[in-house]
Order: sequence, then structure tokens, then C-alpha cells
Amino acid sequence: MKKVFSRPRSLKSTPFHYCAGCGHSIIHRVICEVIDELGIRGITIGVPPAGCAVVAYNYFDVDMLEAPHGRGCAVATGIKRTLPDRVVFSYQGDGDLAAIGTAETFHAANRGENITVIFINNAVYGMTGGQMAPTTLLGQASTTSPPGRNAILDGHPIRMSEILSNLEGTAYIERVAVNSAQNILRAKKALKKAFQYQMDGAGFNMIEVLSQCPTNWKMNTVEACRWVDEVMSKTFPIGVIKDTVKGRKDAD
Amino acid sequence: MSDKILIAGNWAIGEAAIRAGCRFYAGYPITPQNELTEYMAENMRRAQGGTFIQAESEIAAVNMVLGASSAGARAMTSSSSPGISLKQEGISALAADELPAVIVNMMRGGPGLGNILPSQGDYFQATRGGGHGDYRTIVLAPASVQELADLTMDAFDLADKYRNPVMILGDGMTGQMMEPVEFGKPRPRRYNEKYILKGAGDGKSKFVRALILDALRMEEHNWKLVRKYRVIEQNEVRFETYKTGNARLIIIAYGIAARIAKGAINRLRDSGMKVGLIRPITLWPFPAQIIRDTAERIDRFLVFEMSTGQMIDDVKLALEGRGHVSFYGRPGGVVPTPAELAKAIVQEYRR
Repeated sequence: MKKVFSRPRSLKSTPFHYCAGCGHSIIHRVICEVIDELGIRGITIGVPPAGCAVVAYNYFDVDMLEAPHGRGCAVATGIKRTLPDRVVFSYQGDGDLAAIGTAETFHAANRGENITVIFINNAVYGMTGGQMAPTTLLGQASTTSPPGRNAILDGHPIRMSEILSNLEGTAYIERVAVNSAQNILRAKKALKKAFQYQMDGAGFNMIEVLSQCPTNWKMNTVEACRWVDEVMSKTFPIGVIKDTVKGRKDAD
Repeated sequence: MSDKILIAGNWAIGEAAIRAGCRFYAGYPITPQNELTEYMAENMRRAQGGTFIQAESEIAAVNMVLGASSAGARAMTSSSSPGISLKQEGISALAADELPAVIVNMMRGGPGLGNILPSQGDYFQATRGGGHGDYRTIVLAPASVQELADLTMDAFDLADKYRNPVMILGDGMTGQMMEPVEFGKPRPRRYNEKYILKGAGDGKSKFVRALILDALRMEEHNWKLVRKYRVIEQNEVRFETYKTGNARLIIIAYGIAARIAKGAINRLRDSGMKVGLIRPITLWPFPAQIIRDTAERIDRFLVFEMSTGQMIDDVKLALEGRGHVSFYGRPGGVVPTPAELAKAIVQEYRR
């Protein structure tokens, strides 16, 4: 009988600790599928963050070095510059990448570090229990914005992908989601392109993934998936934000 | 032909590091150690496989070093006091991850931004770990440009040997003064490949992490580190004694303060006063035994620091109540002359 579905080689058989309906486990699996398809398991080094994905090394069957909170892009820079022929990715949440690690992310992008950053945007601090993130939507309630995020008091949701796309050093930035089968396939395509671009030496690339967090959004899984489409993606529109490689090809 | 050259302290650290095989340096501008960052910018790029990055912050620099170290590079970052405060997150992570790295602190006056003059106010921070959690860094305190060069080479070997961050604790003066230096021959690197993350190949993947959620396993990791620290304490203590043989009073000072103390002691010896010096070269592990042993013969000690008094705590701990300890300090970037220190010693000597 033809085998149509199995665990990727790069994904350990450890059961995920993530909450039911969480986007992380889907994203982990898709990344591992991409690593397998590109045949790069043996040369890939991942950098997990502080946050819900802090024990990503329990799942990814690739070499991994945990970064202190927010420093993924700096740590990945150190690895990649030392081993330029390896594939290096940093996996970071919104608080990690867009609050405490903004400087490290921004400057790695500006230097054009040839790394892949996977940016999980679930609009809350998940691991610590649902506090307001830099990406929390206006009006969205969190444990530290109980009446809903108020622009005057709390500032606005940050669109890191758009901001980074303005830097000369960034090669490819796309925002995807994992709330439907179709979006998961698109996310996989984007991730594969990102890793391929890194292997081609294109420079800094980042895939922002809108990731449902039913637990902290206080929704069931179906509601959370629907909320990504109906609410979240209005502030964070899905699609290619920058692709200099494709741009260059078009110019030819 | 001799390899001896006239070179400033900060350059000597850079040259010694590159000769010792350092191939990754990340730093951020801060006075009084900019000459080291600039030296690395110029020379690390020329070294085969060398990487120099001017980082966006001290925090980024030390975390780049964390990444480079895990990937197998001999890696170094440097700064001065306020910048070292920022690096503590990364130093704690290096210690937890058991990764080797060399961190240079050319101390300046503090607290806060303080000033840019030579000082020794970071002793507590350096010798007590400095960042959060139960850990230690090996701390080397050079007193000359030659020693800066020698200890920089040794620092990389010690970092590898114990898989632990090593700090070179100098000051604005040792960094900027010029002295003749003869660079030693670096030893071949001995560092087990199995600790390097370079991709799993066809084999089993590895990970390096500091997060250990289970209390008992976290505790075990802490005790494991402590067992390593005990070995370091047994094997790596370094100090110099100077004219202690027939001394009636012993000065204890490290780094540039010890240079000043030697000048003072020479003056006093010329006037017939029997004064000697114990100079800790490793501040952690602290040379407690030699101080304790000396106290069997001599019961008067004067600790001299360019601070309000930090190492004096370790001296008192070493003495366990023996002898009489007095203190002379000039914090905030003041560098006393040997003559000034000699006066303070005479007062104590005649007491």
C-alpha cells in the first residue's frame, strides 16, 4: 500500500506539549517537512526562543541552541558567521522578536544576515499566561490590557514584517497563517522558499506566521481559526511583503 | 630576533587573542576599551576564517559570542563596566550552557555611567558571577601589558578546559598604557568536538539549553557546576608574592593597583620598612590559601584597591579572623601615586 502520511524524519516522536488547537505544533511539523524535502536535516541548526516553543529541541531532530529571551537573531548570527555553509534558523514569538528582542532582530535584518527567522505571531504572550504582546490588536483583551488594548495607553500593534521589509538587508518576508489546510500549504511553500533562499545566499528572510492561541484568546479551536481570518488578518494581512530574489528575476 | 614589540594593552589583548586562535569577536564601542574593538575590526577580518561584528548592543554582542561558541569558534567580546552590566545575561547563559568564551572588562569609574577613568569597582560583579543564578566565571587580573597578552592566551585555554566563561578584568590604565610585549607561543586547541553544534549530519541531533524546568534536574545541574568550580578552585589559583619573606606588613592588591603598590613598597624598603605584597592574579578562584599561610608569620595586612573596598571581603574570608586587616582605597577613577600609597602604608606600619 502506498504511504501517504508519516512523521517527518526531522520531527522527533515526542508528543507535543502545546495546547489543543495551538499553531506551534502545526508549524513545527511543516518546518520539519521542509527540512526533509530540502534534505538539510544534517546541516541545519535551529535556535529556539524563550516562550511556548522554548523546548522546541524536544521536537526538532536537528542541532539546536536555546537563545536567551529575544536574542535569537544575535545567537543565530554567531552560528551562521562561524558556519556559513550550515542552514540556520531562529524560531521566535511576538514578545521575543518584537518587544525584548526588537534590536537584535532589526539589526540582524539590517546586516542582511543570511538566516531564516520564523516569527510566530499569536498576538499574546502565550507561555506567561496571555499578557499583551507588541502584536496584540487594538481592542483585544489580555491579562495586562483587560478592557482591551487602548492605543493611547498601550500603543499600537507592531507590524514587524512591514517594518523590516524597509531595510536594505532583508531579502524575503512573507506573512502566512496556519488556520486552514489551504493556509498551511501556503505556509509550507513560504518556509521552503525561505530556506532555499538562505541556501542560495540571498540574505535575511523571515516568515511571519499568524498562529492561533485558543487558550489565551479564550476561544475554542474553530473560533480561533475563524478569528485569524476575520479579525487578526485585517491588522496583519497575509501575503508576500518583500521578495527581492523574485524581484531580481522579474527584472531579467 | 626577538618578537618583542611596544604595544598598548588593548591592542595586546586583541593580538594575543588572534594568535590564540580567536576567530569570532563582537563588540560595541565604549571607552576605555575602544582600541581593542578597533584592533579586532582591522585584524580579525584578515585572520583566516575570522569574523568581526560591530554589534548593535552589548547584549547582542555577548549573544553572538554564545552562538559562535556553540558553533565551535574561539570567541570573545569586550567592554567596560556599564557595558559588562549589560552582558551579564549572556555570561549567565554561557555558564549555564557550559560554553567557553572570553569576556574582557577594562574597568572604569562607576556606579552608573560613572566616568572613563581607571577603576576597580567591578570586583564583586566579576567574582560573584555577576548575572543571575548560581555560577562563577574564572577571573584573571593582569597588572602589565605583558600579562594582558599572556593571560589572554591562557583565558582561551581555561575557557575550553572548563567549558566556562573566563573574564579578563583589567582597567582603563592597563588597556591604554604601552609597554614592550613578547607574545608567547599559543598551545594547540584541545576542545572536544562533541560539544560543538555543527548540524547532526547522519547522526543524532544535539541541543544546548539552560532551561531545566524540573527542580531536581535543575538542582543536579547546579551541583554539577559546583563540582566543576571546586576543581577550578583546586587547580587554577594564581598569585604573585613580592618581598614577603621578612615582611612585617603585607599589602594585598591586584591589577594596576598592585603595580602602584610595588612602587610604594620599593620606596618603603629603601627606608628600611619591611613591607611585601601578595598580588592575586586569579580573583576567582581567589588565592585564599597563600594569604592564610602568610598569616601564620605575619599578622598585619593592608588591602589596597581602586574602589571603596570589595576584595577586602575575600581577604577577610581567607584569614578567618586571623591577623589585622586595614584598607586604603581610591574609588571613582582616582589613581593614587606610589608616594601617596606609601604614606598610607607608613601610617599603618607605625601603628
